[in-house]
Amino acid sequence: MMEMVIDGRQVEVMEGSSILRAAEAAGIYIPTLCEHPAVRAIGSCRVCLVEDEAGRLVTACDTPAREGMAVRTVSERVLDARKAVLELILSAHPMHCEVCEKNNLCRLKKLAVEMGVTGRELPFAQDYRPIVDANPFYHRDLSKCISCGLCVRACLETQGAGAFEMHATGARARPAAGKDGPVDGSSCEFCGLCVSMCPVGALMEKPPLRLGREERTVRTTCPYCGVGCTLELRIREGRIIGVGAGIPGSPNGFSLCVKGRFGLDFVHHPDRLTKPLLRKNGELVEVSWEEALGAVASRLGAVIEESGPDAVAFLSSAKATNEENYLLQKFARAVVGTNNIDHCARL
Amino acid sequence: MTNSIADLEKAEVVLLTGSNTTVNHPVIAEVLKRSVLRGGMRLILVDPRDLDISRYAEMHLKPAPGTDVAWINGMAKVIIDEGLCDKDFVRERTEGLEELREGLSAYDPQRVEEITGIPAGELKAAARLYAGAGRAAILYAMGITQHISGTDNVMALANLALLTGNLGKEGAGINPLRGQNNVQGACDMGALPNVFTGYQRVDDAEAAGKFARAWGKDLPVRPGLTVVEMVEAARRGEIRAMFVMGENPLVTDPDTGHVEEALRNLDLLVVQDIFLTETASLADVVLPGACFAEKEGTFTNTERKVQRVRKALEPPGEAQEDLAIIMDLSGRMGYPMRYASAAEIMDEIAALTPSYGGISHARIEGGGLQWPCPDPEHPGTPVLHVGSFPRGKGRLTPVEYVPPGELPDAEYPFLLTTGRSAFHYHAGSMTRHSASLLEKEGRAWVAVNDADALELGLREGDAVRVTSRRGTVVSRAHISSRLRKGNVFATFHFGEEGANLLTNPVLDPKSKIPELKVCAVRLERAEGGE
Repeated sequence: MMEMVIDGRQVEVMEGSSILRAAEAAGIYIPTLCEHPAVRAIGSCRVCLVEDEAGRLVTACDTPAREGMAVRTVSERVLDARKAVLELILSAHPMHCEVCEKNNLCRLKKLAVEMGVTGRELPFAQDYRPIVDANPFYHRDLSKCISCGLCVRACLETQGAGAFEMHATGARARPAAGKDGPVDGSSCEFCGLCVSMCPVGALMEKPPLRLGREERTVRTTCPYCGVGCTLELRIREGRIIGVGAGIPGSPNGFSLCVKGRFGLDFVHHPDRLTKPLLRKNGELVEVSWEEALGAVASRLGAVIEESGPDAVAFLSSAKATNEENYLLQKFARAVVGTNNIDHCARL
Repeated sequence: MTNSIADLEKAEVVLLTGSNTTVNHPVIAEVLKRSVLRGGMRLILVDPRDLDISRYAEMHLKPAPGTDVAWINGMAKVIIDEGLCDKDFVRERTEGLEELREGLSAYDPQRVEEITGIPAGELKAAARLYAGAGRAAILYAMGITQHISGTDNVMALANLALLTGNLGKEGAGINPLRGQNNVQGACDMGALPNVFTGYQRVDDAEAAGKFARAWGKDLPVRPGLTVVEMVEAARRGEIRAMFVMGENPLVTDPDTGHVEEALRNLDLLVVQDIFLTETASLADVVLPGACFAEKEGTFTNTERKVQRVRKALEPPGEAQEDLAIIMDLSGRMGYPMRYASAAEIMDEIAALTPSYGGISHARIEGGGLQWPCPDPEHPGTPVLHVGSFPRGKGRLTPVEYVPPGELPDAEYPFLLTTGRSAFHYHAGSMTRHSASLLEKEGRAWVAVNDADALELGLREGDAVRVTSRRGTVVSRAHISSRLRKGNVFATFHFGEEGANLLTNPVLDPKSKIPELKVCAVRLERAEGGE
């Protein structure tokens, strides 16, 4: 541990921390935009400027804390500099927040409110056009992009795919897929990590649900492959409106795959079975639970009676829970009296 | 997995085989890709196809499908002959080195090259790279197991890890990547014909007695049938009733025509599912269950971590939670089951299962635990076999190469392998009800080598008729330079053009896994197409 001073307070700091992490650990707020715990900090947006003991403005996210260092996070110089940075970013950002799906989840909007920047301080100076990509999973609207590079870093450093890189420099810099073509056909795997990290509305999940913010989140485990990613289902009005990750200690960290992030809408599909069905005169017809389970019990009973319990077989499920699998094998063994139970482990 | 997903990043070398990881386990593929890019990991890929992950691999060996025992034995022989073993580990923790040395005598790299097509020099280099690492992990999936030699393939891989001391430490191990969210848990829970929970054998008197006392019933001692055997028995009329909970054998099992005949031959087919699947549409009774987001419980992932599943929504309409359905039915059959919650069932599992003894819903509320976790104070086991193996010493076991059950010939000149696409999942009942995934990929496809396509007059998107000794499907051709000439790859997610109409139900004699990765087919251009 090291010691340093932040805003006049003596604080203990882990070796190797940035000024930002040191401040966070001490409960001191520094605004950020291009920073995310899943990727390397690069100090590109300059919203996290602080003033060191020599009066230099430094970016807190990628400047290492030093033993004996003293920084100020709220001096007049710091606040003026941050405000100037934000005015510049907003001068190239369309402020159509009320029709932007990101709206109140937007990190840029939140900072603008915090710092009292309207976006009209400087003339609007956007010089590139939106690209609307034809892919089923996310919109990519570069007119809203603030060139923070989070998507580029997420794709390369965390996902290891490197589908995006920064093209051009200065005010024209923007993330591009491959040779600045559509993402479909690039090395994009549609994992959606960049979408989950985009601080503004440049990368947005499809389709726009226009449902607003979730009422609650439920932490659970993904139903697809065996990795067992921890998901946070965002629920509103009885629907899953989005899927998040990033739970400490989970197998997946901030990552998910295309199916886990974008493929859970089957839950609400109109073809879901909602009533028991019983075959009558060759047709499956809707019946009550009473009738359906009564039929299963009596017909299973008849087969056991006539041909013995080993004339019955059970397929349990690699998709079902442990508790369900336990109960079905108990039912097969203790109630029916057969070891004919298996599931698709071999398939 | 003997090891954990998190400790993979510590591996200096990863030997990845029989796994299209970016497609089937994307989040584990991420760990590999970023570790390679950061410079800490060297990747040896052994797979007949060029895969997305090939470009991250330092070496890519491409064996002919179904020749795995040969190349793995070849690597083991190089490791022994060149003195690359971890001598202390082999002496202290293994037995059978001499038998293995003898058993490997026929697998010199030259002969392995003749069988597999892997150049001898590449095989030697791969063996040296794997054996030279301080920490080397083996990762594999169904490309290793879905062969008649599946068990032997895994034993051969185990020999590599034992010879090089790559067990019982972080960043090492033998790590099967399990393909389903809870296939590990379904096995752990005894949804298998020969074992109760925690792999306690049904024909072991002590285990059977324990369960009989706990459940208050006499229990059958003879092991039951596996899924492919059930289908066969149903076809013969020996199985008369089947109860299927959340599976779709009509799409996932080999030789669909045969499966359909068997299911139609049943007196009673009950299917409990969330959609009217291909299998459910043949049922006599269909019971609407709840999906993962509509119930409480646990899944056990590929690294043996038991994690919570939580109810976020109510099941639609009159659909019910699956536990409630089983309990209701059990009561009707004279054996009332009364559990107030899934947590209570886990308590019963823990009481009867040594490896789950310390697991409860309350304990895993904040994060999962890896079994074995024998008691409530036990922290779980991220790495298996530290210090010793369950049987004491690890056994080095010689295994012999056996060719696949069906190879191409004049009549069926192509070799078909089946697998998954990145955008669909297994029988497709979830992903085929996802609008975005369907928009991305709405049909099955058959990948055909580009040189073969030229000879057959096939272009991208053409309709192609694929025929095996079991059946015929018409699918969509995807022309690819990623396959070996003479090889074909098909997905099985789309039942109506599903590859399992073609596959061979021949089984590995030990594990009873069908040989889904190799069968012989013939290809023709068909009418229609895009």
